[in-house]
Amino acid sequence: MALTKIEINPMTRLEGHGKISIFLDEKGNVDNAFFQVVELRGYERFVQGMPIEEVPRTVSTICGVCRAVHFTASMKASDGVYNVEPTPTARKIRELFFNAHYVEDHAAILYALGFPDFVVGPTANPAERNLIGLVNAVGAETGKLVLKKRYAAVKILEMLGGKPIHPVAALPGGWSKRVTQEERKEIMALAEEMVELGQLTLKIFEDVVLKNPEYVKLVTGDVYKVVTNYLGSVDENDKVAFYDGTQKFVDTNGKEIARFKGKEYLNYISERVLPWSYLKMPYLKQKGWKGVVDGPDTSLYSVGPLPRLNVASGMPTPLAQQAYEKMFDVFGHKPVHNIMGYHWARAIELLCAAENIREIAKDESLCNPDVRSKLGPASEGVGIVEAPRGTLIHHYITDEKGIVEKANLIVATTHNKGPINIAVKRAAQNFIKNGVVNEGLLNMVELAYRPYDLCLACATHALPGHDPLQIDIYDCDGKLYKTLKNF
Amino acid sequence: MADKKLRLAVLMAGACGGCDMAIVDISETLVDVLPSLEVVFWAPTVADVKYKDLEAMPDKSVDVGLISGMIRLDEHEHMSKVMRAKCNVVVAYGACAAMGGIPGMANMHTKEDIFQTAYFDTFSTDNPDGITPQPHYLMDGKYDLTLPEFYPYVRPIQSVIDVDYFIGGCPPHHSVVLNALVAILKGELPPKGSWITNGKAVCDVCPRNPRNTDEKRELVKEVRRTIEGDPDENKCLLQQGYMCLGPITQGDCGALCTKVNIPCAGCGGPIPGVKDFGLRAISAIASILDNEELVEQIPSPVKLFYRYSLPSSMLGKKVKKA
Repeated sequence: MALTKIEINPMTRLEGHGKISIFLDEKGNVDNAFFQVVELRGYERFVQGMPIEEVPRTVSTICGVCRAVHFTASMKASDGVYNVEPTPTARKIRELFFNAHYVEDHAAILYALGFPDFVVGPTANPAERNLIGLVNAVGAETGKLVLKKRYAAVKILEMLGGKPIHPVAALPGGWSKRVTQEERKEIMALAEEMVELGQLTLKIFEDVVLKNPEYVKLVTGDVYKVVTNYLGSVDENDKVAFYDGTQKFVDTNGKEIARFKGKEYLNYISERVLPWSYLKMPYLKQKGWKGVVDGPDTSLYSVGPLPRLNVASGMPTPLAQQAYEKMFDVFGHKPVHNIMGYHWARAIELLCAAENIREIAKDESLCNPDVRSKLGPASEGVGIVEAPRGTLIHHYITDEKGIVEKANLIVATTHNKGPINIAVKRAAQNFIKNGVVNEGLLNMVELAYRPYDLCLACATHALPGHDPLQIDIYDCDGKLYKTLKNF
Repeated sequence: MADKKLRLAVLMAGACGGCDMAIVDISETLVDVLPSLEVVFWAPTVADVKYKDLEAMPDKSVDVGLISGMIRLDEHEHMSKVMRAKCNVVVAYGACAAMGGIPGMANMHTKEDIFQTAYFDTFSTDNPDGITPQPHYLMDGKYDLTLPEFYPYVRPIQSVIDVDYFIGGCPPHHSVVLNALVAILKGELPPKGSWITNGKAVCDVCPRNPRNTDEKRELVKEVRRTIEGDPDENKCLLQQGYMCLGPITQGDCGALCTKVNIPCAGCGGPIPGVKDFGLRAISAIASILDNEELVEQIPSPVKLFYRYSLPSSMLGKKVKKA
C-alpha cells in the first residue's frame, strides 16, 4: 500500500533533531505517526572515569533549563555511592535549593510556553505567541513583576548553589556551603515573593483559561487526552514529594500498582531500544512491551506535574492543597488524562514549592554547621528526584575510590516518549482528514506535546521552548506537494 | 544607551539552553534594556523569527550576533555561517561556543563507544534484538523512517567561522551577560579576536587569595578531592590541596564557585594570552606541587584540566586506530 508521508521537523538542535513523521493511508487519513528523536551526547559514557563528586556539576549541563535537576539527582546518587545519608542541615539546604528551582523553572515554562497559547490564543499568529507577545498582552508592568518575583528563586539558587545555572555545591552526604542567619532571613523574605508569584500564576490561569468556555473545552475535551499509567513520588503521607520520596505507579484508573525506591527501579522500568529513534522508549516491566498504544491495557506511563498530582492524594502545603482540590473538582474525576491539565498542575506545584521554601526557611537550624558527612568506601548509588518535568533517575557504579565505572540515566522526557507519540498521533488524526491538511495542524500538533514541556534538552538535547516545526507533505508518488513551516 | 536601536541576533547551536536562560535571568532589567535592542532573531527559544527570515536579511544588516553552543551538526555549521554573513560582529557566547564545553568531552570517545554504552551496556536498556537506531529504517515494511547523522566529534564555533569576540562561562553569569550587552550598546568593545572580559583571573577576584591575607604561599603537599577534609573557608583552596583552576581561568564570574567552597573548574575560559587552557592548567598546577608523585593523585586529569575546552585544544579528539 502506498502511504503518503508527512514530516514535521522540529528544528535541529544539538546532535540532531526531533521530528514527526505522519503517514496517511490511501483515503488520506492518518495511518500512523512517529515522534522521532535524535540524540546521543554520550554523558553516560564520558562521566566514566570521573570522581563521583565531580559528576553533579558536570551532568548539570545536560540541560540549562533543568538547571538544578541532574545536579540534584546525581548528588543523591553520590550519597548512595558512599552509603551515607545527608546531614539534617544539608538535607534542608538541598530541599530549599531544589524547591527554588521548581519555582524558577515552572514559572519560566508557564510564562514562556503555557500561557502564550491561552493569553495570546492558540490560533494567534505564531510570531506573537511567545513570551514577548505575552508581555505585550499583559503589559510591561505585570511582565516585570513576574520576572522580578521569579528572580527571587534564581537568587536563592545562586546563594546556595554557587552558580545560578549549573550549580556546584553538591557533596556526597552533604553540601559545600553553610547558610548564615542573614541569608536565611533573606530567603524568608524572598519566599513571600514566590508565594505571591504562585498565587498570581494560578489567578492568571483561572482568569484566562477557566473563564473562557472555549479553553475549558480544550482543557477538558477528548482531543488532548492520553490514557496511560502514571508515575510520581509521594511522601510518607501520600502527598506530592519533589526532592525525595517513594516512587509510586498507578494504573489508568488511578489504582496503585507498584511502589519502589532506589535501585528497585530496575524491577519496574525497561527502556526499549527502537530502530527509528535515538531516544529509548520506557515501559512498565510488569505489563510487558505492548508497543505504542494507550488505554487500560497499556504498559506506557507518564511522568510530570499532572501524573504527580494523579498519583498522590494531595499536596503537602495548605494553599496548594486548596488549588489541588479545585482542579480535580473541575475535571470531576481522577486520574486526569487530559494533557492540558499539565499546565494547571504546574501552576499548583509552583505555589507548593514556594510554600515549601517558606516552611524550610523558618527553621533556624538551617544555619547549623553540620553540612558534611564522613564517607566510607564507595560502590553504587541511585538518586531519584521529581524534576519539574517528571521522575528523574541517575544510577552510578564506582570503584572503591568513587571513580565512576558505569552510569545509567533515565530522564523525564524519556519516560514520556510513548505518551507524547500518542498525543501527537491523536492530534494528527483529528486535524488531518481525507487528505486535507489544515494549516492549523502545526499549532495543534505543537499543542499536543507542549504540555509535556518536552525537555528535549534533557532527553535529546534540544531546547525545550518553542519547537519550530516543518511539515513536508508528499503525494503518492513521493513528490513534495506542500511545505508548512513555522521556523 | 544608544539612540539608535541595536539590532541583535541570538542563535543556539549545540547548546543546553543555559546560555539562553542566562539572558532570561537578567529578569526585570531585561525589560529596561529591550527598548534599546531590536531582537531581529532569537531562535529557537524566544522570538519566532524563522531561519529563512535570517537567511533573507541583507548581509551585514545585523549589528551583533550571539552564538551559544558548539558544532555537532551540519545545521549548526550552516546557521553559524549564516550568522557570520548577516552580523557585523559575532560573539562566541559561553563555554561551548568558545571552547567546545562539557559535551566536548565526548571527543574522548568514539561514536561506537557511545552507542555501546547507550544501547547495550546501560542497566535498564531492553534490547532483545541487539539493534541500534538506524539512519534509515523501513518499519513494518511500510513506514519509511529516517534519522539524520551527526558529525563524529564536537567543535567550537571558531572552527567553522571567524569569531570576533568570546564570552566564557558555563553559562556566563547573567550580570556578565548584562555588562556585555551594555558594552556592546555603548560600543565599548576590545580589539577583535578578544574575549569580552575584565581580564582578571578568578584568583584576582577570589576573597580567599593569600594576597589578601598576607599569607605566604607554600608548595602544595597533598592533592585533595572535594570530598576530603573540610576546607578552611578563608584560605586558598589550592593551598589546601584542592585542584582549583582559578589561576588560569577568567574571573568575570566573581569567583562564584570558590565562594561556596568548591574549586574552580575553568568554565570561564583562559586568562588573556593563553591558547590551550588545559596545557596551561597542567603546567600551572604542576609548578605548585611539592613533588612529582602528587600528579598520580589527580583523578581523571584530562576530564579536570580539559573539562570545558577539549575540542579547542591541540589534543582534539579520539580517533580510531586503523
